[in-house]
Amino acid sequence: MATPTIAHTPVSPGAFGVAVALSCRECGERYDLGPKFACEFCFGPLEVAYDFSGGVTREQIAAGPNNIWRYAGLLPVPADVAARPNLNPGFTKLVEARNLGRELGIRELYVKDDSGNPTHSFKDRVVAIAVEAARNFGFTTLSCSSTGNLAGAVGAAAARAGLRSCVFIPSDLEAGKVVTAAAYGGELVAIEGNYDEVNRFCSELIGDEAGEGWGFVNVNLRPYYGEGSKTLAYEIAEQHGWRIPEQIVIPIASGSQLTKIDKGFRELIKLGLVEDTPYKIFGAQAEGCSPVSAAWKAGHDVIRPVKPNTIAKSLAIGNPADGPYVLDVCKRTGGAVEDVNDEQVVEAIKLLARTEGIFGETAGGVTVGCLKKLVETGQLDPEASTVVLNTGDGLKTLDAIEATTGATATIRPSLDAFRAAGLA
Amino acid sequence: MSVSVRIPTILRTYTGGAAEVSAEGATLAEVIDSLEKAYPGIAARLLDDTGKLRRFVNVYVNDDDVRFADGLETATADGASVSVIPAVAGGC
Repeated sequence: MATPTIAHTPVSPGAFGVAVALSCRECGERYDLGPKFACEFCFGPLEVAYDFSGGVTREQIAAGPNNIWRYAGLLPVPADVAARPNLNPGFTKLVEARNLGRELGIRELYVKDDSGNPTHSFKDRVVAIAVEAARNFGFTTLSCSSTGNLAGAVGAAAARAGLRSCVFIPSDLEAGKVVTAAAYGGELVAIEGNYDEVNRFCSELIGDEAGEGWGFVNVNLRPYYGEGSKTLAYEIAEQHGWRIPEQIVIPIASGSQLTKIDKGFRELIKLGLVEDTPYKIFGAQAEGCSPVSAAWKAGHDVIRPVKPNTIAKSLAIGNPADGPYVLDVCKRTGGAVEDVNDEQVVEAIKLLARTEGIFGETAGGVTVGCLKKLVETGQLDPEASTVVLNTGDGLKTLDAIEATTGATATIRPSLDAFRAAGLA
Repeated sequence: MSVSVRIPTILRTYTGGAAEVSAEGATLAEVIDSLEKAYPGIAARLLDDTGKLRRFVNVYVNDDDVRFADGLETATADGASVSVIPAVAGGC
């Protein structure tokens, strides 16, 4: 069946590396690589399929740059990607978290700290891949629906790549997210509605002539964009001595990141880059937006959308597109999905900061809070090697803790005052 | 009851490329029946084998996601605006 598609420049050979097609995750229907995101037959999500028959070695990866392009051979990008103007994110620290581990009773714990990316969240990974796809398709405007972090990542990447940007956010975001997204000079449009409404607007805009020539990183470029999250799996395995950790705790917004980390681990096993050892994937949500956790606990395989109400705004997606697949992955690997309330999120932000010197954003608080709860409830094995993700920087969500965090004493500049305050 | 229906790009082969069409019906189910009569084959794209909305299809009547209302039985008043949108978008 001929289907109207969004006009784009013909794709040149090698533009997407070893990626060969888009494939429907629901029904398996295959499509040529193009700016498409949903199956024409069942509306299922399309994802990138590869021909890895050429193989990839640890040596080839180690010889690459200290960013996500060291894994270029596993991504839908051209071989010369590192030479193109891009923010070059990734290869963030895997911190051995002995203090946090001791506090929680976990023997071997690591924090994958993605606040070290160029715009201080993991979103730089996914946007980097989307920028390459946008370039390949000849798009001139880069866009997205965003809860804040993505808006900044798109603005910055577009600036570096010389593309126009126009991004859409809910109008009630944290000031830190708005300012850091606006700083890069593109259009930043605040929409009076929640994230799901912003997302709906973007889906309509893309079907309209007003959105022609636009690359929406998480709509028509979503299959490519999502692949960026695989690099978290590659890095964690490589930094862990080319071993997959036994347990990993990942935040859930749309659920894409969690499913792509699983895809990344499976690819490494298939390519023989790591041993085929079992791993459990755990998902983390905020109680005020926990449709996936609710479905998990109720034993449902269908997600009932919710209207979000949580301080963890970067995870406040009430209708998570990849929710059903998160349930599949957690079930298959023997993991679980958990949620924590806003008070526990704030406590966990402070716990991570106090024990490891890492100031995470609210999403990091959700993940660390869920890690704690998973140990306390016996769902997570404290004797197994465990990685927890911090996906963003606490400087962007100061509002979450400013009411309970500040100067511990205010004194006059004298030793007497210092002693009188009991600080000596 | 005449309503307007916004058609997503991937279903416009059925509507001759039209992004917006009109249909009749007092409920979403009736609107889909009406679309099927005018554009044969389109209902099977929206509904699964058991007649339920496919899980990756979002439908809005005016500004409300029908999953928060009465699903296929959601009322569609005269002049209502129905939007069909692929659910696989957004986030990360």
